[in-house]
Amino acid sequence: MAAKYVGKRIKRTEDPRLIKGLAHYVDDVRLPDTLHVAFVRSIYAHARITSIDVTEALKAPGVVAVYTGKDIATTVGPVPCAAALPDLKIPDYRVLATGKALFVGHPIAAVVATDRYLARDAADLISVDYEELPVAVDVEASAKGGPVIHEQFGSNIAYTLTSGEGDIEAALKSADHIVTQRMVHQRLAPVAMEGRGVLARYFPGEEELTLWSSTQIPHLMRTQVALMIGLPENKLRVITPEVGGGFGSKLNVYAEEALLAWISIQLGKPVKWIESRRENMQATIHGRAQVGTVEVGCKNDGTITGLRYNVVADLGAYHQLLTPAIPTLTGLMLSGAYRIPAIQMNVTGVFTNKMSTDAYRGAGRPEATYVVERAMDIVAAELKIDPVEVRRKNFPAKTEFPFHTATGLDYDSGDYEAALDKALNLSGYAKLRAEQAKARAAGKLIGIGMSSYVEICALGPSQAMPAGGWESATVRIEPTGTVTVLTGASPHGQGQETSFAQIAADELGVDLNAVTVIHGDTAIVQYGIGTFGSRATAVGGTAVLIAIQKLKEKAAKIAAHVLRCEASSLAFEGGRYSRPSAAAASAVSEPDVAVGEAPAGALPEPDTEGRSTLTIQEIALIAHIAKELPPDTEPGLSATYFFEPKNFTFPFGTHICVVEIDKETGETKFLRYVAVDDCGKVINPLLVDGQIHGGIVQAIGQALYEEVVYDEQGQLVTGELMDYALPKASQMPWFELDRTETPSPVNPLGVKGVGEAGTIGATPAVVNAIVDALSPYGVKHLDMPARPEAVWKLITG
Amino acid sequence: MISAPFDYVRANTLDEALALLAQNEDAKILAGGHSLIPAMKLRLAMPPLLVDIGRIKDLSYIREDHGQIQIGAMTTHYQIESSDLLKKICPLLPECAGHIGDVQVRNKGTIGGSVAHSDPSGDWPAAIIALNAELVAVSKNGERLVKADDFFVDLMTTALEAGEILREIRINKSNDRTGQAYAKMHHPASGFAVVGVAANLTLDRNGGCEKASIGITGVSSKAYRALAVESALTGSALDEQKIANAAAHAADGVDINGDLFASEDYRRHLAQVFTKRAIAAATERAG
Repeated sequence: MAAKYVGKRIKRTEDPRLIKGLAHYVDDVRLPDTLHVAFVRSIYAHARITSIDVTEALKAPGVVAVYTGKDIATTVGPVPCAAALPDLKIPDYRVLATGKALFVGHPIAAVVATDRYLARDAADLISVDYEELPVAVDVEASAKGGPVIHEQFGSNIAYTLTSGEGDIEAALKSADHIVTQRMVHQRLAPVAMEGRGVLARYFPGEEELTLWSSTQIPHLMRTQVALMIGLPENKLRVITPEVGGGFGSKLNVYAEEALLAWISIQLGKPVKWIESRRENMQATIHGRAQVGTVEVGCKNDGTITGLRYNVVADLGAYHQLLTPAIPTLTGLMLSGAYRIPAIQMNVTGVFTNKMSTDAYRGAGRPEATYVVERAMDIVAAELKIDPVEVRRKNFPAKTEFPFHTATGLDYDSGDYEAALDKALNLSGYAKLRAEQAKARAAGKLIGIGMSSYVEICALGPSQAMPAGGWESATVRIEPTGTVTVLTGASPHGQGQETSFAQIAADELGVDLNAVTVIHGDTAIVQYGIGTFGSRATAVGGTAVLIAIQKLKEKAAKIAAHVLRCEASSLAFEGGRYSRPSAAAASAVSEPDVAVGEAPAGALPEPDTEGRSTLTIQEIALIAHIAKELPPDTEPGLSATYFFEPKNFTFPFGTHICVVEIDKETGETKFLRYVAVDDCGKVINPLLVDGQIHGGIVQAIGQALYEEVVYDEQGQLVTGELMDYALPKASQMPWFELDRTETPSPVNPLGVKGVGEAGTIGATPAVVNAIVDALSPYGVKHLDMPARPEAVWKLITG
Repeated sequence: MISAPFDYVRANTLDEALALLAQNEDAKILAGGHSLIPAMKLRLAMPPLLVDIGRIKDLSYIREDHGQIQIGAMTTHYQIESSDLLKKICPLLPECAGHIGDVQVRNKGTIGGSVAHSDPSGDWPAAIIALNAELVAVSKNGERLVKADDFFVDLMTTALEAGEILREIRINKSNDRTGQAYAKMHHPASGFAVVGVAANLTLDRNGGCEKASIGITGVSSKAYRALAVESALTGSALDEQKIANAAAHAADGVDINGDLFASEDYRRHLAQVFTKRAIAAATERAG
């Protein structure tokens, strides 16, 4: 492929419409006669619903209907859980609470009215009688006993699972030192800028339903919602318009989506619900929420002999789509960037009276990386070795790939030392340490932290996924020469309209502007899996590439027929097929029929008489007019490909962070932030930088600011952005970025994925820096978020 | 995030606004809307009537009149932050304004709205107290002056009576031996003051502290004057030790707030630290 676009910093073609406010999100889709839904949600974390009085609400102006649990108990199927684990307890999760409310924000009633204000006002008129029940809030306590949330299971334990390879007992026994540390991965809220939103429109005559939803997975949602409401899947169309961020929170099928679809069928009218920020905090999935203890065995020289992680995972009250599976990703990544002969994770998944946890940017990997990278620093401190050397000591060499880990993975490719060295150089590590010593002598608290992470991307082979790990693409060249790419990997801010167009434009030798990438409409786009797990480019982009290669096989056949030569003798360059003798002369010439300049009216018949070259766009026209095709050739020029990856990909890198702690207040200030990431081949460096930036910001959010807090009664304390501290631009350091580029052998693009790397790699670097800064006080660990008060307490003892 | 139903009137004159207030006991004045509207959207506030004073002429100004600084209640934070006049003659106000919210908030939010709201973590009340401002309250029955010390009564409660609107804030100009500073820890989520300390010091000709005026916000249910700090400062030269000793009294006799971000103990400590920092900066600027 001639790289005219791939590898270039091309501005996102999505941006002008977003910046100008011309994009269409779910709430921008306005249909006549739309009814609006407001929810009554539980104000208690655990309560029996003894009665619901909707009389006053039904009399309120504009109210069309009110639905409660009894209306849907037998008509709408449960919220689906796709995770498959041995002996997993799966509670029946109805779209409105039936009998008991299990978390604050649990939907109890839905009010439908002629506008959203009237619906909201009427919701206040519904009176719910509750019998409060004892709550299970603390995850460790709930694992051991206390109030049982789902009586039928007898306890709050949803599952226990042991994973890993090697003899962990022997490995720890063989160690000179064993370090142990309890770590809390606090509960986080994804907080996509656009909350969730649903618009459902039933066509009673056609018996068809269109569902607009702000989701990452239009096709999976179509399948699931069709099953939930009993509508044939081919009568349901899911459209994902512009999506204002997801971070995993929209990789789900929510109660509201199925309920709105069902209500629209009941009433025969469009119904809409747009989530408020408070609902978003209460009833959109949360992430992380693990409490674990890591044990690491090491030799005196820093060689790691084994790692065990015993963890309880706070699942919340119910399983959403992947809830119980997230901690299993933690288990997969516990080898980090290191050779660890024996690894074991023992996880207990625990129900609590809180919103479900599920995939949040990184989804299980940030927890693993944090465990491993904090542990490496703790080992370094124990052995009084530089943290750099402990890491270097345990890296597999670049010649050892594919590298098998004791978590059962085969890392595709890597050169961990190269990324580490680049980060050390970029940061001036040796000099930083010298400056730190000087600053310490002057009484300043300077800390240097690092993290050498590996993550798992391009999810993934179907064998390892709950519902398909492939991705699809259709590529068409239209009669006028424009190129349409249909991708199943529906993006929600990642920029695939740009990056996939770059791939297509280069592979077809056409102008970038000639390519349009279409996604997110199940009536237009072939089945796809979606954008999550940093998979879109590696899996979906590869599908685009191979679909084009298929398309080109056909184009070459047509070209050979028209140019009267063998297909195998044709040269293809700059979007043009040439007969051998003509190749040199035509390489620089322009297409004869420029895109968009075809005469109006009837399709122009290409004059093929005596031609020695043809552009692929001209071939598209020939293929559609279909008068000059080789025998047994289908008219048209399009190809579809479903790409099944053979393995995951494993991006990696090293982040180095320098902080200064204010001794008096405990506040953390950034002095430097250096990140060297390797995400394989880069399609668009601008997009990659953007992903790294955003990822680091969210990682810093976890390290310093964010925490979803429920009080002892299970009330959500951080229910607003006035309390839940998202990171802000003004708090961020300047990011000094660089890259190494180790192609992945898993896909022909050589890409690995970058959507979550920053979030995975950066958190431990920041915490390691803070702990390093506090080491003069004997501090060995500090749980997140590193609020100033917690730091101050460590300083004052 | 949809408010309860309410009526809305845009007043064209102050008299019209005052008449509406007099007729509707539960009506609320809408200034910049940056505290009231969020509270309404959460249904924490459900006023039946909003009287919008945003279009009334002559409520937005910054001027100097016979040694007195006068600021109209509808003057935005940004207008204060960017005022060259204030930077010269009362730099505490622009400095304090720069700590409020973000650019959008400063462009819309007003000093009068914020002061009249008396949020316990709002920035302005600390400055108003430190500057010994006087607040002009107007009602159908005429105007009255309220001293800053009497204005902030309790959590979200001021000395404004039913039917009164805050019209103007008056501050006496200081002399050239005055130094002012605002030191604040921002809450990472809300941007409000976890602790905010405004210091306004005047030195005598020998460099001793002639007058000290310290306002503190964020610590208690309302902003307050740190009397013990002031008296510990007054009358002697200010060195590091003297300042630290004085600042140790920052939260004396005050009921201290504790929350998720800062416990009572930590907040007391922060009050002392930021008082020390504000005084140190003000002292340096006075010298």
